[in-house]
Amino acid sequence: MCICLMKPGLPGMPHKGAAMTTTLSALPAAARASSQPKVKGVQHWSNALFVLPFVLVYIALLVVPVVTGLWLSLNDVDVLSGDRAFIGLANFARLWHDDIFRGAIRNTFLFVLMTTPAFVALGLALALALNRQDRVGTALRTIFFGSSVLSVTIVTLVWRLVFMTDKGLLANVMHSLGLASINPLTSSALALPAIALVTVWWIIGLPMMLFLAALQQIPEEIYEAAAMDNAGRWRTFWSITLPQLRKTVALVAIIEVILQFQLFGQAQLMTNGGPNNSSRPLVQFIYEAGFQQWALGYSAAAAQVLFGLMLIGVALQMWISKRGQTQSGEST
Amino acid sequence: MAGIQLVGVNKRYGGTEIIPEFNLEIESGEFLVFLGPSGCGKSTLLRMIAGLEPVSAGQIRIGGQDVTASAPGERDLAMVFQHYALYPHMTVRENMAFGLRNVNVPAAEIDRRITEAARMLELEGMLARKPIQLSGGQRQRVAIGRAVVKEPGAFLFDEPLSNLDAALRNRTRVELARLHQRLKTTMVFVTHDQVEAMTLASRIVVMNRGRIEQMGTPIEIYRKPATRFVAGFIGSPAMNFIDAIPVAAEADCIKVRLADGTELQTGVPTQAARKDAKLVAGVRAESLTLDDASPVRGRADVIERLGERTLVYVTLSNGHSVVAQAHRESPVASGDLVGLHFEPEHVHLFDEAGLAWHAA
Ligand SMILES: Nc1ncnc2c1ncn2[C@@H]1O[C@H](COP(=O)(O)OP(=O)(O)OP(=O)(O)O)[C@@H](O)[C@H]1O
Ligand SMILES: [Mg+2]
Repeated sequence: MCICLMKPGLPGMPHKGAAMTTTLSALPAAARASSQPKVKGVQHWSNALFVLPFVLVYIALLVVPVVTGLWLSLNDVDVLSGDRAFIGLANFARLWHDDIFRGAIRNTFLFVLMTTPAFVALGLALALALNRQDRVGTALRTIFFGSSVLSVTIVTLVWRLVFMTDKGLLANVMHSLGLASINPLTSSALALPAIALVTVWWIIGLPMMLFLAALQQIPEEIYEAAAMDNAGRWRTFWSITLPQLRKTVALVAIIEVILQFQLFGQAQLMTNGGPNNSSRPLVQFIYEAGFQQWALGYSAAAAQVLFGLMLIGVALQMWISKRGQTQSGEST
Repeated sequence: MAGIQLVGVNKRYGGTEIIPEFNLEIESGEFLVFLGPSGCGKSTLLRMIAGLEPVSAGQIRIGGQDVTASAPGERDLAMVFQHYALYPHMTVRENMAFGLRNVNVPAAEIDRRITEAARMLELEGMLARKPIQLSGGQRQRVAIGRAVVKEPGAFLFDEPLSNLDAALRNRTRVELARLHQRLKTTMVFVTHDQVEAMTLASRIVVMNRGRIEQMGTPIEIYRKPATRFVAGFIGSPAMNFIDAIPVAAEADCIKVRLADGTELQTGVPTQAARKDAKLVAGVRAESLTLDDASPVRGRADVIERLGERTLVYVTLSNGHSVVAQAHRESPVASGDLVGLHFEPEHVHLFDEAGLAWHAA
């Protein structure tokens, strides 16, 4: 279809000059048009074979477990005795009245609310500060990203040493300042914030890199135009940089919400959910119900709740960022 | 409206000197074009005037005030960039208003200026659109509009037409000329396209390797190029250059022997030229016509019929190739033996240093 649109411009046709100009303007239209209409003609079912391997893997690794999980959550499964019985929504009703579960939900939400804004704000701040091509910038970028490659066991080990009662780095610093030392991991008010701090320290590198990549996509010329337009530093940041990063902010926020809803390792290894269940997240609850108490149905029901919450969280964010976009598009 | 002075401006990047020492006075209200080959430092110079690039030494004055250390926004200039540099997330109206809001121009005044600029540049229906919804030419008009609403002391343009197709380039060129006539504001325009320079400039500064090669009105530069570089750079097709040796002059004007052995009487006064052993004769195609009576002969090679005239590429007996001009309906055909007539008053001589000597 492209070819037939271009024909008038082929040499040898009359009015070559005029034909050339029509071709020039028709080209983008041709490119657009060719991508729109569906390919006409015989649809060969065998073409589906090309996507079959992917579809099989997708079904085996995603669809089957999700459906199985959903089915499990409607059953009472006792792994030890091998009993299984359909009980409808009884698992969910039980969850509703389970204080530990409700605590876990509260903790998980608090944790997401503490970490996600920090990832966005801190990641952006770091990216802005380190978006330079000198050696210091490169070194610091490497350092900040470096901690992300550590495994959760090492990270939590290091931080437990830092927080250690009376002997840790934190205790030493507080002593030297003349303050009474505390171990935040043993305080029900501070345990979750401490885990949040460790988490941000651990994987701030990814958001930073995403923001850096986005910053480098902004053409230098529009900053020069802004400079000619008398925009100061803040004005430039708010009116040029931030709007250009809107999509990346949304991306980082969505990634982090999904990731941080699944908090598990850090809590398990640093506080084991304590003290007093004050830092037990949902995934740990699911793990304990499923693999320590072997109540698979109950555990699966909790997992469905987590799934639903994450879905709601992400949908909410997409809605907010979409709304922000259309609003800024309409305002003049 | 403001004049711009560059005093001893120097620019170096690390160890390399891009602009050795630049002195120039741009008069208030003139349309000055920097013309030169790629990489000669035109953009660097313009960006130093704008304040986007610091000078290594020297002084820049705008409207009599030393702005060498001022920020770009404080110089009362507006710049139109090669790639438009519109703010992609802002509408056309916001793009134009941004610079005015930053200096607290009252909203009513902003509206008035935008309305006027939009009418002048035919952007009226597009004020609510984003740059991505505009064609290249429309974007360039928005970029020009964004500069116009600032009512600056001077406009700076860095190859603003080079991203447009030929037809649009011609049209926008005329629009720019019209804009200058209407606003009478100082305009500094950078290009490597000699047609743009010839048609727009009230004065052209031809640059080569960071230096001024020649300064003057388009016609001065075309008629009396100061150096061989300028002669070769301005005009299309490029000027013909033929090696020549001066022979004993009988009259007041220099006579030379061309590389193919024939002699040529020029219009260049004898006392004007240094008596270099070797010279180069330069003549434009339009002053080199077909004449079978002429002793300078060659074989026509390629014939280009442009409609209003015909260009004939001729290989001389010594293998040298020149371009001559013939009448638009000239019967000359490829392979013909032709004679070439030089108009003596349009033959230029260049000495070994590249300096030009012209007919009186
Ligand atoms: N940041 C830089 N570091 C080092 N050299 C540079 C830098 N910017 C420009 N140059 C050099 O300065 C010279 C002049 O560059 P400039 O951009 O002014 O050329 P120009 O005349 O505008 O060319 P063009 O017509 O291609 O735009 C070039 O040789 C270029 O390599
Ligand atoms: Mg340039």
